[in-house]
Amino acid sequence: MALTREGLAMRASKELRNGEYVNLGIGLPTLIPNYLDPSVSVILHTENGLLGVGPYPYPDEVDPDLINAGKEVVTTLPGASFFDSALSFSMIRGGKVDLAILGAMEVSCSGDLANWIIPGKLVKGMGGAMDLVHGAKRVIVLMEHLSKNGKSKLLAKCSLPLTGTQVVHRVITDLCVFDTSPKGFILRELAPDVTLEEVIKSTDAPVIDQRR
Amino acid sequence: MINKVVNSAKDAVADIGNGSSLAVGGFGLVGVPNVLIQAVFDTGVKDLSIVSNNCGVDGGGLGILLEAGRISKVRASYIGTNKEFERQYLEGLIELELTPQGTLAEKMRSGGAGIPAFYTPAGVGTWVESGELPVKFDGKGGVERFSKPREAREFGGKKYILEETITTDFALVRAYKADTQGNCVFRKTARNFNPNAAMAGRVTIVEAEQIVEPGELDPEAIHLPGIYVQRVVQLTKEQATLKGIEQMTVRQRG
Repeated sequence: MALTREGLAMRASKELRNGEYVNLGIGLPTLIPNYLDPSVSVILHTENGLLGVGPYPYPDEVDPDLINAGKEVVTTLPGASFFDSALSFSMIRGGKVDLAILGAMEVSCSGDLANWIIPGKLVKGMGGAMDLVHGAKRVIVLMEHLSKNGKSKLLAKCSLPLTGTQVVHRVITDLCVFDTSPKGFILRELAPDVTLEEVIKSTDAPVIDQRR
Repeated sequence: MINKVVNSAKDAVADIGNGSSLAVGGFGLVGVPNVLIQAVFDTGVKDLSIVSNNCGVDGGGLGILLEAGRISKVRASYIGTNKEFERQYLEGLIELELTPQGTLAEKMRSGGAGIPAFYTPAGVGTWVESGELPVKFDGKGGVERFSKPREAREFGGKKYILEETITTDFALVRAYKADTQGNCVFRKTARNFNPNAAMAGRVTIVEAEQIVEPGELDPEAIHLPGIYVQRVVQLTKEQATLKGIEQMTVRQRG
């Protein structure tokens, strides 16, 4: 069975290593901290200017001046720091953020990412994604394998305008875990009860099976 | 003694004219200089060129200027769910230079730091580098003008593109505390683009939730030195406490 949204967040939570500085994108990635192993301690970065993001506030703790990049009210943990947008992206560009996990519209096997515009249909803007994909030491995409129309979002070459080229290291989908390579997606894991054939059928790029 | 306090938001923005460029602080609804934006709206000026991460929300912040057709050009990183912003862009009513968020912040900061351009990896291999971003649509489904292709150069085997920095006629900034000499302290994530916008402005106008006398702010704790600020406006208690929330994400006890 393919993973649910919660299952995806749970699988992605295993990518976070103790002591890392981590930036989580808007949407699905924000669920990840709920599933983090208690023995793993990370510091969450949000690009609007905060290191040390805490959980959502209790109703009597809500502060309109304290939000994450998804415009959600949050809290701070002990050791948190605030800074301006230029400094926030300095630490991103400067390679100080260990891991970024973000959503995508398309990913190619060589690690190209498209996630900010569908010409003629939707213009979201790139926000901080173009900066993040070059700055973070590891970039992981977390998304559904297929689009709502049933088309593969994992391609030999992206059809949408790019956010960055050769920037994604790993893709976690509801069907499997892939690493990127110029020759094809390297299959690392299958989701429970998902078959290799199903993954190959759902991927518009070569799949290289390197499961252990 | 220097005193940058101006009596009203109206007086503070009186010399902003048609065609002025404005760098504006804020991220979403947080740290947005709403009172100064309203004062600019009330003057009736048009043809404004805006530099801001977002262009407000539908009906709020810079959204009021946008909806009234007073903005002709925007440099921003994110449209998100601002339907009016997207509509005006796609119908060719405004020019929009979509700019990566970190590039936008650095353009403002380094503009105010006397640096005319910088190299960044953000946008390499994308429409930003190739100059294929539609800046203005023609209103008939075509593109009237695309963005300018960027010069690229390799440093240490890695490719970067050259981005020119930004200075503006004015900057509009929201601070938590300011002293009468313009030194500013921001609150939590309301800092965001405010210090960067302040640096980009040739005339920087601050609306402050609280104004104090020189010496009352700890010199060690000032986020924006007063040299970057020309005018300070005191908000009323109501204006200072009126703050919106986009995503009310709360958890329950127990």
